[in-house]
Amino acid sequence: MKNTRIRVLVAKPGLDGHDRGAKVIARALRDAGMEVIYTGLRQTPEQIVETAIQEDVNVIGLSILSGAHMYLFPKIMELLTEKEATDIVVIAGGIIPTEDIMELKKIGIKEIFTPGTDTNKIVKFIKENVKIA
Amino acid sequence: MENAKSYWETNSLNKVLNKFPERKKTFVTGSNKEVNNLYDPLDLEDYDYLDDLGYPGEYPYTRGVQPTMYRGRLWTMRQYAGFGDAEESNKRYKYLLKNGQTGLSIAFDLPTQIGYDSDHPMAHGEVGKVGVAIDTLEDMEILFDGIPLDQVSTSMTINAPAAILLAMYTAIAEKQGIPASELNGTIQNDILKEYIARGTYIFPPLPSMRLITDIFDYCSQKLPKWNTISISGYHIREAGSTAIQEIAFTLANGIAYVDAAVKRGLDIDTFAPRLSFFFNAHNDLFEEVAKFRAARRLWAKIMKDRFGAKNPKSMMLRFHTQTAGCTLTAQQPDNNVVRVTIQALAAVLGGTQSLHTNSRDEALSLPSQKSVRIALRTQQIIGYESGVAETVDPMAGSYYLEKLTTEIEQGVKDYINQIDQLGGSPKAIEKGFIQREIQNSAYQYQKDIEDKKRIIVGVNKFQSEVEEPMKDLLKVKPEIEKRQVEKLKKVKEKRNEKVVRKNLMELKKIVSTEQNIMPAILDCVRSYATLGEICDKLREVFGEYKESIKI
Amino acid sequence: MNLSSRVRQGDTRAVAKLITMVENDFQHAQKILQELQQYCGKAIVIGITGPPGSGKSTITDRLTKHVRKMGKKVGIIAIDPSSPFTGGAILGDRIRMQDLATDKEVFIRSIGTRGHLGGLSRSTQAIVKIMEAMGKDIIFIETVGVGQSEIEVIKVSDIILLVVMPGMGDDIQVIKAGIMEIGDIFVVNKADRDGADKLITEIEMMIHLNDDGVRSPSIIKTIGTENIGIDPLWKEIERLIIYLQNSGQMYQRRKNRIRKEIYDLFQENWQEMFFQFIGEENLEKEVEKVIKQDNDPYSVVQKLTEIFKEKIFKGGI
Repeated sequence: MKNTRIRVLVAKPGLDGHDRGAKVIARALRDAGMEVIYTGLRQTPEQIVETAIQEDVNVIGLSILSGAHMYLFPKIMELLTEKEATDIVVIAGGIIPTEDIMELKKIGIKEIFTPGTDTNKIVKFIKENVKIA
Repeated sequence: MENAKSYWETNSLNKVLNKFPERKKTFVTGSNKEVNNLYDPLDLEDYDYLDDLGYPGEYPYTRGVQPTMYRGRLWTMRQYAGFGDAEESNKRYKYLLKNGQTGLSIAFDLPTQIGYDSDHPMAHGEVGKVGVAIDTLEDMEILFDGIPLDQVSTSMTINAPAAILLAMYTAIAEKQGIPASELNGTIQNDILKEYIARGTYIFPPLPSMRLITDIFDYCSQKLPKWNTISISGYHIREAGSTAIQEIAFTLANGIAYVDAAVKRGLDIDTFAPRLSFFFNAHNDLFEEVAKFRAARRLWAKIMKDRFGAKNPKSMMLRFHTQTAGCTLTAQQPDNNVVRVTIQALAAVLGGTQSLHTNSRDEALSLPSQKSVRIALRTQQIIGYESGVAETVDPMAGSYYLEKLTTEIEQGVKDYINQIDQLGGSPKAIEKGFIQREIQNSAYQYQKDIEDKKRIIVGVNKFQSEVEEPMKDLLKVKPEIEKRQVEKLKKVKEKRNEKVVRKNLMELKKIVSTEQNIMPAILDCVRSYATLGEICDKLREVFGEYKESIKI
Repeated sequence: MNLSSRVRQGDTRAVAKLITMVENDFQHAQKILQELQQYCGKAIVIGITGPPGSGKSTITDRLTKHVRKMGKKVGIIAIDPSSPFTGGAILGDRIRMQDLATDKEVFIRSIGTRGHLGGLSRSTQAIVKIMEAMGKDIIFIETVGVGQSEIEVIKVSDIILLVVMPGMGDDIQVIKAGIMEIGDIFVVNKADRDGADKLITEIEMMIHLNDDGVRSPSIIKTIGTENIGIDPLWKEIERLIIYLQNSGQMYQRRKNRIRKEIYDLFQENWQEMFFQFIGEENLEKEVEKVIKQDNDPYSVVQKLTEIFKEKIFKGGI
């Protein structure tokens, strides 16, 4: 018999201390039957990638409101490539201007969820984009 | 009266309800408190004007802390600003002052707030992004270049390293020839809410309280016009709390600070007059106005009954307000101007001492010059055109308002009792009680939006088919970080390294004793020790706080 | 290189993937676990349990850092409760251990209590095996000590630390109710708080009552957040291990562990096979009969077992 469970890492990269969104989403994902690894504030790209690999997550959800995303996200994508872990779906949310969204999608962030996004939309996106072997 | 009401209900109200039921089954405030169809004198049966309201400037200060309020002087229009480096922010401050702002409010970047210099590995990508980068006294000098410190009052949103920024401010005032005793301003300096809702802590709670009470003590002697703390509910509300929770957790934190200061031997009537508060102005107009008045009334009672304060100034809750950032939408951003207007109106009708209005583009970026001007004009139109500032506490006597004020006060009291049972706010934070209450409210809020019980115009109703991207958003120049790191290097080359080392060693020694740390920090700051260097010394003695609460 | 070789090389990705396989597709994982069995048995497995909020994760974090200084390699299994309604879980123990995320010799895996076909114990046993095979010297299993499955899983350990703290009130009853008998060391954490000495006295009394002459748990005071008491705690753990090894008790415990493992595997495998053989449709039919009071569960199982036995003898399974 096989089991399917989706594992998601919800991460707060950098110094941003606003975790309301991350926590609300973590709960919503749990309510949708997923296992959510939440690692708290002030995560470095190295910590995030290492955690994602050890926990064998299907998705990394990055939450950032400090404007530092154009430095931190590319770093994270670089490390994932280095560790040959690009099969992990990376999504993000927070304060991210539209013009940056294009750039971020180019480096491999699958989707950016801006303020006001319904959590059901995020759950649906994850379910549709994660391939359970 | 009861008879008249029954008659009305039977003969008028029910007739209509039978044909046209109300729009909703239940009506609630922004915090999910149930609202009746109507309020009348029956709701205020136990109400006594003199006991419950009093006159403005008189205990319990429900109607305001001054007898004349805005008839004497409008609230301070104080826009939170800062980004990039000191030069950039200095320009923005001068722009705002030129356009009629009456007080400064400094936003620092995250590395500065968390005690890292701009060249620290954790600072990569964060320098200048959410506020101005301050590494040394030189940055402060540039920040206030051309701004005479005896003519402005300055609020600095800084918490864990507040002592250092205050020292820097005092040091540049010195250079401008202004004695510290003349300085007007505020430092936020509220570490408890950092652990609860904001996240820019450095050290653990006990040593942090020591830093805070050191500042209370130092300022009561050297900076008598300085507000030593801005006990904040804004961020607690932003984290998702209800109105009652916002006030309850803020006042509970206030109680903890007063407790700590009194335990230290400070005289309550000396330091308490310089405590100030910082609240959120959310969407529900009446609930917000009621909330501010309830806060004033309850704090006055707490100071008098619980702490035995005698000085009337100790009992006056003075506060700054910011309109609710979390209500700003990325969709149809111009709508935000309307939201901010209603929220600002609530703050003014609630008797705030100073006000920051958010800009329409803040769900997307830091405010552009154009947007921040609209935000400022919002305050000016309320103050000069709307008439609400022409009389004191104009909404008093409204049946709905007074009932709400009392209900909120009761709800706050209940929470404070609970927190007292847990051993006070710091213990409640340690146990995760406050954080869990907030998280539950936040989750409920989100569910209400998704179930369409709570409507957000433009987001879950009246959406646009296509969103036009906003133009001219503020972008922090990418070279800022490099420039700042260069500047820092140069300062380190110019300064007298021996003196810096000596001062830092001295600081470490003093910190390990019970002496007030402010003089030692001043010495460090004057010799151009960096913020990071000073904080690292404090880290060596105090250690660092580690987040530990589960969801 | 195949998966088991990569695991033995300490390839983090391979280890992580194998653990996922254990949770999602045990039959497949089993084959690889068989290959790894010979590399197992050298690690010390330490269970850390106790009521919520007592500081287990912090103690785990501190102990790990402590033994890392001695050059030991560490694996950590952090178990959190899953929602009984949705099966989902928020696995948040790592928050207090994230310093360790970038230590190459520390591997941390978070698991929920639910959705383990075959039970939490079977999965945990397997993960312990994988961590041993990848070269870990010490493996910590950290879980909240409430609920039957959590109490069961902690028995997968060689020795068990019970982390408690002053001011727990009724939680001390919870401890009495299940895990008292299996604790080897009581860690009184947050020992600077009021009531610490009272708690120690209470524990001493409980130990006295339960003393069977073989086990005599020790009590160590710690303040995890300030790194106080960690060195004495580790020394006590080492002392206990040596004592257990010399007295032959460790051998007995390991045998019990293996016995339990075999029992769990056997139970799960046969249960899975049995119900696969029956088929969901047939099971549903029988259930319908019982609910209509046409039959009873005991007769159902008897009948099906007979059919099953027949099939086996005929070689049909």
